[in-house]
Amino acid sequence: MSEMNYLTADYTLKSWFLTTDHKRIAILYFASLIFFFFIGGAAATAIRIELATPQADLVSSDIYNRLFTMHGIIMVWFFLIPSIPNTLGNFIVPLMIGARDLAFPRLNLLSWYIFMLGGCTTLFAIFAGGIDTGWTFYTPFSTLYSNSYVIVAAAGVFIAGFSSILTGLNFIVTIHRLRAPGLTWYRLPLFLWSLYATSVILVLATPVLAITLLLIATERFFGVGIFDPRIGGDPLLFQHLFWFYSHPAVYIMILPGMGVVNELISCYSRKQVFGYKFVAWASLAIAAVGFLVWGHHMFVSGQSLVASLVFSFMSFIVAVPSAIKVFNWTATLHKGSIHFDAPMLYALAFIGLFTIGGLTGLFLACLAFDVHATDTYFVVAHFHYIMVGGMVTAYFGGLHYWWPKITGRLYSEYWARTAAVLIFFGFNLTFFPQFILGAEGMPRRYHVYPPEFQLWNVLSSGGAVILAVAYLMPLFYLGYSAFFGRRAPANPWNAPGLEWQTSSPPPGFNFTTQPVVTRAPYQYNRDFQAEPQNA
Amino acid sequence: MWRQWIPLWQPGLSPHSGDVDLLFAGLLIASALVLGLLFFLLTLFCVRYRAGNQTNRDDHVAKGWHWEVGWTTASFVCFLGLFVWGASVYFQIYQTTSDEHDVFVVAKQWMWKTQHPGGQSEINALHIPVKRPVRLVMASQDVIHSFFVPALRLKHDVVPGRYQDLEIEVDKPGHYHLFCAEYCGTDHSGMIGEIVAMESADFSKWLTQQAPSSPLADEGGMLFRELGCSGCHGNGSKVRAPPLEGVYGKPVPLSDGTSVIADDKYIRDSILLPRSQIVASYEPLMPSFEGKVSEDQLLRLVIYIKSLAGHSP
Repeated sequence: MSEMNYLTADYTLKSWFLTTDHKRIAILYFASLIFFFFIGGAAATAIRIELATPQADLVSSDIYNRLFTMHGIIMVWFFLIPSIPNTLGNFIVPLMIGARDLAFPRLNLLSWYIFMLGGCTTLFAIFAGGIDTGWTFYTPFSTLYSNSYVIVAAAGVFIAGFSSILTGLNFIVTIHRLRAPGLTWYRLPLFLWSLYATSVILVLATPVLAITLLLIATERFFGVGIFDPRIGGDPLLFQHLFWFYSHPAVYIMILPGMGVVNELISCYSRKQVFGYKFVAWASLAIAAVGFLVWGHHMFVSGQSLVASLVFSFMSFIVAVPSAIKVFNWTATLHKGSIHFDAPMLYALAFIGLFTIGGLTGLFLACLAFDVHATDTYFVVAHFHYIMVGGMVTAYFGGLHYWWPKITGRLYSEYWARTAAVLIFFGFNLTFFPQFILGAEGMPRRYHVYPPEFQLWNVLSSGGAVILAVAYLMPLFYLGYSAFFGRRAPANPWNAPGLEWQTSSPPPGFNFTTQPVVTRAPYQYNRDFQAEPQNA
Repeated sequence: MWRQWIPLWQPGLSPHSGDVDLLFAGLLIASALVLGLLFFLLTLFCVRYRAGNQTNRDDHVAKGWHWEVGWTTASFVCFLGLFVWGASVYFQIYQTTSDEHDVFVVAKQWMWKTQHPGGQSEINALHIPVKRPVRLVMASQDVIHSFFVPALRLKHDVVPGRYQDLEIEVDKPGHYHLFCAEYCGTDHSGMIGEIVAMESADFSKWLTQQAPSSPLADEGGMLFRELGCSGCHGNGSKVRAPPLEGVYGKPVPLSDGTSVIADDKYIRDSILLPRSQIVASYEPLMPSFEGKVSEDQLLRLVIYIKSLAGHSP
């Protein structure tokens, strides 16, 4: 590596912690997220070990409740929401659009510091004594009954929200203003369309979460009746506010994953994504309709039956664009030249797992079945198929795909494929039995359970052990490759995107000359050779 | 009914649980078809078009609006069908028609307390007769709980600050799990009980064996006097307050010109928030009993006022 790149530009600590280079900030986020992922994962492992037997044996009920709360809060706000946008998005967005950096580089750095402040505040709450409300903070339990660090944890999430808003804002402005000459909206890679849709949700929904958490603090601190009926409040008001943010947040967590999968499917089939415009607009449709479905979390809460009817209908509607995407990805494979590199294995796993997660989402949108299945393990299994089977799988796929660009090194294909297959089997063994548990009626958030549920719980716990090992594997082979791997060429995967037309790793300002875009994304010639977007 | 002609059709334990099971089966079959088609296509394409395999790849298609319109419409129509099916069963599940046998359910951290109209009370258990709809009136003393009977495919949250009505009916005698499904704190998973469904004769025997302290309405009447309600609402009192005899179930004219039906919820609200709905031509004089009466006591007061329904003012 003779020429300078963003990694070799400077080696001081200051050059990392005060950097405004989007690529270095992406690395800062990446390191922080690995940390949070393994904390959240450790809690999940403890939960699954406890649930291997019907009785309480590993931990007490109070500790168990703190474990699942910590797992939820860390994984949702400190891993899933920032995962793809803040690591892969931060790194790839300017490269993909042919820009030198994001629109607001210093704001980007600030958003990492805000994120870490929020993360440390939440970690303090966890280690000072924990939170036992569940990640949903349902009132009046969270405001008047819980004797745990609710306010500190809520403050952590509140602070981290500002980081989300800043990141969303940065992406929106960047995609509007910094596209390379010739890069029209319909020449944008679909990853950018989905990140754009994600950013819109981040900017519009996160303030509602902030308001909701402030209201919780107001009631808990000052006893102002907002949510507690004893002092004149309404507990369901909280659920409306919370899910008005948290359901769109589900799409914050899945849209970027869908975006990554477009890139992977296209690259490893050597073919353009089928129905580009439909996939692009499906992302925005999901973002828009996603704001109108929150009440499907409240079908048994006693909200009016008419409201339930409307929310059920909208929930079916929001599934249509997701279905469109799955069909288009499948059609993309037709007459391609398919390579089964590790990122492609993740992408194929994503399609299968996401579809199972999406279909079971329809079960829950279906009013009468939701009455039985809500608040049971069916729901737990459903959202883990979306969040873990979908988003985390896409994240790992994207991480492997762009790893040579980020580090300038190639990882071991053998170990990468082994880990991908192991993750797929471990995941299904962990979460498929939970559908059965839920259908049989085992409620979620149960520390001890009737013995007839044990068989499926044992299978699930066994799967969790496999999954835990599989998730640890990339830490080793990717870590090893970052220092000792073979040097990567600029374009190891034969991909046409702009990010592959600069060296690996890219120089400080990404491109030595300003790229000019001349064609649509994902173009391959008859010999399945990529036709770069700027040539 | 046409459903008995469906192969493997099981009627279920309650009038609606079989409908929910049928819906579940329908959803499973629809999903299996979609997944089967998807996995077939994925496998077919991955095998046939794997890199290095010599096969015809000419004239591949990059887009096709008729395909897009086709699968969008197909998804939409299937979804619409499932929506209508799910919604129609939902409305049947949550309708409360009977007024026959009210049971009061008070949820609190971490137990279910149930009370029969005759005064028999139970903890973490509920005895009911089979093949007879039972109306539950549920209230929570503290946080949100959820009344969940998996065998009946039935669940309803119990939210503090309001009454929830739920009708249950079991067709087969037996013991069934009762779970709290909404996370409610430390011993959430210990907040479990059982529904005991008995033949009518056995149930009547059980009721008499329980030797209740006194019927709930009588206890409510005692509370009515102890709390001083009778001082204003009683006959011949000096303070002018609306008489309560014959009120229950009837429309009550309000000072703002509207009217409400005097049901359980209205009576409860009037005790706790007396100034929110003032009866026409009366002064807002009544103090709030918020925090002064427990859910158990409130229920007794409501039942007492209900028992006055037949009296004339």
